[in-house]
Amino acid sequence: MSDLLAARSQMALSLAFHIVFAAIGIGLPALMLISEGLWLKTGDRVYLRLTRAWARGLALFFAVGAVSGTVLSFELGLLWPKFMEVAGPLVGMPFSLEGFAFFTEAIFLGIYLYGWGRISKAAHFAAGVVVAISGAASALFVLAVNGWMNSPKGFIPGDAQSAAVIDPIAAMTNPFWIANTIHMLLAAYVATAFSAATIHAFKLLKSPDREFHRKGLAISATFAAIVALLQPLSGDVSARLVAREQPAKLAAMEAHFETSACAPLRIGGLPNETTGEVRFDLEIPCGLSLLTARDPEAVVVGLNDIPRDEWPPVVPVHVAFQVMVGIGSFLALLGVLVLWRQFRRQPLHTAPRYVMYALVAAGPLAFVAMQAGWVVTEVGRQPWIIYGVMRTVDAVTPMPGLVVPFTAFTLLYLVLTAVVVGLMRRIATFEDDPDLVTPPRELSVPGALDPAATGADRP
Amino acid sequence: MIGLPEIVAGTILAALAFYVLMAGADFGGGVWDLFATGPRAERQRHVIAHAIGPVWEANHVWMIVAIVLLFTGFPSAFAAIMTGLHIPITVMLVGIVLRGSSFVFRKVEAVDEGERSPWQLVFAISSLITPVMIGVVIGTLSTPALEWRDGIIQGGFLRPWLQPFPWAIGGFTLALYAWLAATYLTLESDDEALQGDFRARALASGAAVAVLGGISGALWYTSAVESTQAFLTSGLGLTIFGAGAFSWVGCMLALWSWRLILARAAAVVTALSIMAGWGLAQFPWLVPGSLTLRDAAAPDVTLRLVLWVLGGGSVLLVPAFVYLYVTFKRGVLFPRGESS
Repeated sequence: MSDLLAARSQMALSLAFHIVFAAIGIGLPALMLISEGLWLKTGDRVYLRLTRAWARGLALFFAVGAVSGTVLSFELGLLWPKFMEVAGPLVGMPFSLEGFAFFTEAIFLGIYLYGWGRISKAAHFAAGVVVAISGAASALFVLAVNGWMNSPKGFIPGDAQSAAVIDPIAAMTNPFWIANTIHMLLAAYVATAFSAATIHAFKLLKSPDREFHRKGLAISATFAAIVALLQPLSGDVSARLVAREQPAKLAAMEAHFETSACAPLRIGGLPNETTGEVRFDLEIPCGLSLLTARDPEAVVVGLNDIPRDEWPPVVPVHVAFQVMVGIGSFLALLGVLVLWRQFRRQPLHTAPRYVMYALVAAGPLAFVAMQAGWVVTEVGRQPWIIYGVMRTVDAVTPMPGLVVPFTAFTLLYLVLTAVVVGLMRRIATFEDDPDLVTPPRELSVPGALDPAATGADRP
Repeated sequence: MIGLPEIVAGTILAALAFYVLMAGADFGGGVWDLFATGPRAERQRHVIAHAIGPVWEANHVWMIVAIVLLFTGFPSAFAAIMTGLHIPITVMLVGIVLRGSSFVFRKVEAVDEGERSPWQLVFAISSLITPVMIGVVIGTLSTPALEWRDGIIQGGFLRPWLQPFPWAIGGFTLALYAWLAATYLTLESDDEALQGDFRARALASGAAVAVLGGISGALWYTSAVESTQAFLTSGLGLTIFGAGAFSWVGCMLALWSWRLILARAAAVVTALSIMAGWGLAQFPWLVPGSLTLRDAAAPDVTLRLVLWVLGGGSVLLVPAFVYLYVTFKRGVLFPRGESS
């Protein structure tokens, strides 16, 4: 394995691992707040138990997300020092803003998780709102950086005579910024909410009369359905931006080899990079022209008009895009079904078994779609690390033997994944844990100071 | 002359100082989890977990702030440091991941009272290794060992940090974190026996701070002669050194006489003196011998924007941090009188 490939693999692995935890850190607070709001409104303690169980999951995912995010911030320099020399001054501002968003999220999550019974109910709910907002804000700032890598603005490279001219504000407000933030936030909500639905639906298949899981499924599946229906609209906006800003990426996504008017939309299929043929696909005539330009006769640039050494790897980008769109469509249809049942006032847990099985599958599938989406964005950006400005091969560290840290992080993340999955099974059975209905054990640690007790009677 | 690069560098130093005072003590807590002994071992572990739980993630963010400021404000220094110290930083990162993950794994896993989780040990050992690696990185950066020329580390990827001085600083960092943690922990319990346990640990680790500090100082003189001499002949350097030594003695005497609140305040002053002294000795170098603050600084437009972000962010952050600490550390921050 070459050092460049090892560096790319380690970065891909670290991102793929982190994005799951980051997405749950964004999505789960929304579910918790719905449930906690219902508890405050109705006084029904099932909602409280549900909130506490989800909060427990959030504690787990946020912690692993925080440390794996730390790894990424260092890896930018450990693996791509020459990229960071150029990018640091340009995208440092959104990264600094992200730092503050993360700070806020960590502080208020601490207050939320450990503050039960210690602060007022309203203050507790408000802390949850801050967690949800700052989590979404983190995504906004990180996506500003990613958007800049894909459509670098505010940057005129320097030469021997003059230093580079930079404009960090223009870099941050790049064309992809807002559109891709919305797409990622929706993806985080879709994947988290469907994953919660996965667990509750799975439990209901075994014991259908559990109120805890019925309410959990109702909240998570309804929320998931709404965001899953919004996601295709956001995807359309993002795809048209790709068509405008990164024609090579679009051509790879669609396996569009020949520039043509009335370009067909290829659904599925396996492209062959050397022959430029696509097999086993379903072609919709003029579909691609219609989608990207809203005009069936529009010309769409094909890979043949792009220099061969600027092609992204076509097969993974095309296949990943098909996977993402396929799963996204399935989830949107499932969303229609869920909302239709809500509209007809038919409880979800009485749905036919095939619907329940579909809900069980939806969570993992949604995460597969999210990973596929990032493959499209990042592999589709290749061979560039800064699109059109700096090649990935020119940014990699001179450090030899990069296969060693790649192997180490692979093993580390595999172990952590296995443990987190195991602990999730445990959390899903916490429904009957007395810990969830009484104050947490920490409050009664023998010998530990409890400010609530020692401070209350102070003059 | 103090310009934008110096202000941003000062902010990085401040973030690192906060990291030492807050997150350092969280790592130190993990060390005392590893060395929890005696009849009250389990209760010591409970107090430690209780003290770290609500705050460690927020405390950890100081490191992210420092690293983001470094790559934004001084991108070429970031590139040089991440290239030259790739190996110790990677080990440090594995430690950070394992420490944070195992802490939360243990918490989620611990359902039955008295059941020991294997993650307990992972938590404790990674709490021990990570501070050593942080010290190795800082120690290497305090000497002219990296030799960054045209994107290449002349000193190689191993030799600069496989020297006695960085490892002495590694040990010193570990002792300092453990000492801070033990001094704080004396106030995290109202049980006198537990307070005594942590007081004894504070005294022992305080002695270790002095011994390892002395060794580090001697090795520093041999590996970075110029900066040592400059430091020891400047009035500011001697003042900072005096403040550190004086507060260390004060802390040990306060611990000895069970004046635990005073001891904690003195330990904080010692830690701040160490960080201030390091900053002064380092000035104006970021990578000694290769890159000064001014060499590595990003364009003014970036530095100015980042300072605006920091200013605006602090308006949000400071009240939030105060709220966090008042909610969970009220009994620790404002105890009722001296316990004796």
